[in-house]
Amino acid sequence: MSDARRPLNASVEAAVAEAHRREWAFVLAATVRVTGDIDLAEECVQDAYARALATWSTSGIPTKPGAWLTTTARRRAIDLARRVSTFDRALPLLVETTSAPGPGELDMPEIPDDRLRLIFTCCHPAIGIDAQIALTLRLLCGLTTAEVGRAFLVSEATMAARITRAKKKISLAGIPYRVPPVEELPSRIEAVLSVVHLLYTTGHTAPVGADLSRRDLVERSLDLARVLRTLLPDDADVAGLLALILLTDARRATRLGDDGHLVLLADQDRAHWDRAAIGEGIVLVREALRRRPPGRFALMAAIAAVHAEAPSWDATDWSEIVGLYDLLVELWPSPVVALNRAVAVGLAEGPAAGLAALDALAAEPLLATYSYLASARADFLRRLNRTSEARVAYEEALLLSENAVERAFLAERLGQVNS
Amino acid sequence: MAEYLILIYSDETARDTPESGSSDEIMKGHQRFGERNAAALRGGNALQPTSTATSLRPDSSGGFVVTDGAFAETKEALGGYYIVEAADLDEALALAKQIPSPFGGIEVRPIRPM
Repeated sequence: MSDARRPLNASVEAAVAEAHRREWAFVLAATVRVTGDIDLAEECVQDAYARALATWSTSGIPTKPGAWLTTTARRRAIDLARRVSTFDRALPLLVETTSAPGPGELDMPEIPDDRLRLIFTCCHPAIGIDAQIALTLRLLCGLTTAEVGRAFLVSEATMAARITRAKKKISLAGIPYRVPPVEELPSRIEAVLSVVHLLYTTGHTAPVGADLSRRDLVERSLDLARVLRTLLPDDADVAGLLALILLTDARRATRLGDDGHLVLLADQDRAHWDRAAIGEGIVLVREALRRRPPGRFALMAAIAAVHAEAPSWDATDWSEIVGLYDLLVELWPSPVVALNRAVAVGLAEGPAAGLAALDALAAEPLLATYSYLASARADFLRRLNRTSEARVAYEEALLLSENAVERAFLAERLGQVNS
Repeated sequence: MAEYLILIYSDETARDTPESGSSDEIMKGHQRFGERNAAALRGGNALQPTSTATSLRPDSSGGFVVTDGAFAETKEALGGYYIVEAADLDEALALAKQIPSPFGGIEVRPIRPM
């Protein structure tokens, strides 16, 4: 059976895979405009990629694979649309403000970039956040439903149901396929950035990085942030988020030790940080901070930039970090941000100041069961030689922490103050 | 264009306390909404409180069980509605945001044409 098939050229396979990674969202977004129906567009785009494998083997890889794929997918869509009458359609077509391109426009040398429409549709606030994330991975990154399910540790069937429900809502509730008007743009961009940031943090804080699909989430979030940067080059929040991802991800090679244990920022081998990513991130942070007041991603990126530029943990400019946290707490009054600020105060002004800042948060109910508050207190108490109080705080942290790696670390410290 | 039902939910106990004294203001808010959006409005009204509601449920013998009260007892009860015509959800949401709802919130549902 396999003898009869033309052997696939490895370079064609690689080119199709590359086009899948780089062009999927572009091709799908352009095809949705023709079909007005996401499911139908997905089918046509999948079909176009399958044809690419066969066609490119004989006729060669086109100079513009994205344009080839888009034209092929759109032609397929027009063919299918002729066969399906409106009455057979189960769901209404997507709402657009501008009319869909006519057949004559299909083969234009410059296909308009509709990715922003697709992004704003996937990340519409009327869709639940879990479904926004799932749609973003499925439609913008081209992941299969099974892959999206694996990334979020749910079964393929559960993920398929979630995606289907969201697509139905888009169609039935009339979520439009367009870029929002200027007055709504800031809040809608914020919603998109939250999705990309959540994708990044889900990938970044994975339990000990053995699961490759989690690493994949980080890379997809970086790709998405880059696409947003291309499409919205003047937006400071977009620049801030891209900077934050680049600067944090620059430490990826040093976050785990050889035996798989977590390496704290203080102990990471800074020679192995990704200097190219840091350089790119710092340029973006400067740009993002130019807007007043700076946004939360810009401030978080600026904090990451201070770490990235510091030659060592001890040589870190902690007072600058405190200043940035002061701004961040004002903008985003989350107890966890306040806790991070208090720790930075301790590193800038000494353990007594840090302890005072932490104790000011003691009444915060959201932090009552948060092991990091107890462990940060324990650390400052230990440095102040208040041994018995430090012991109590370490024991409290041990009770609250459920992470094996952290528990091992805390138990070791507890042993040190006991001896 | 599509039609949307805008459901106005409110906490009846909060709404009916005399000291809230804002019912005139709310009525004015609805008037303003109606004048501004006359072209999009297909209908709408306020409802009497849920204490006046009667619910029916089919029983197993082909009849109905009739009970006093709203179908679902919730803190925030359906207190009024509008039917609007809008190009898409964003337009319907923009309309809904103009409706006064100081004691609750608003739900927007696409109407399924039959």
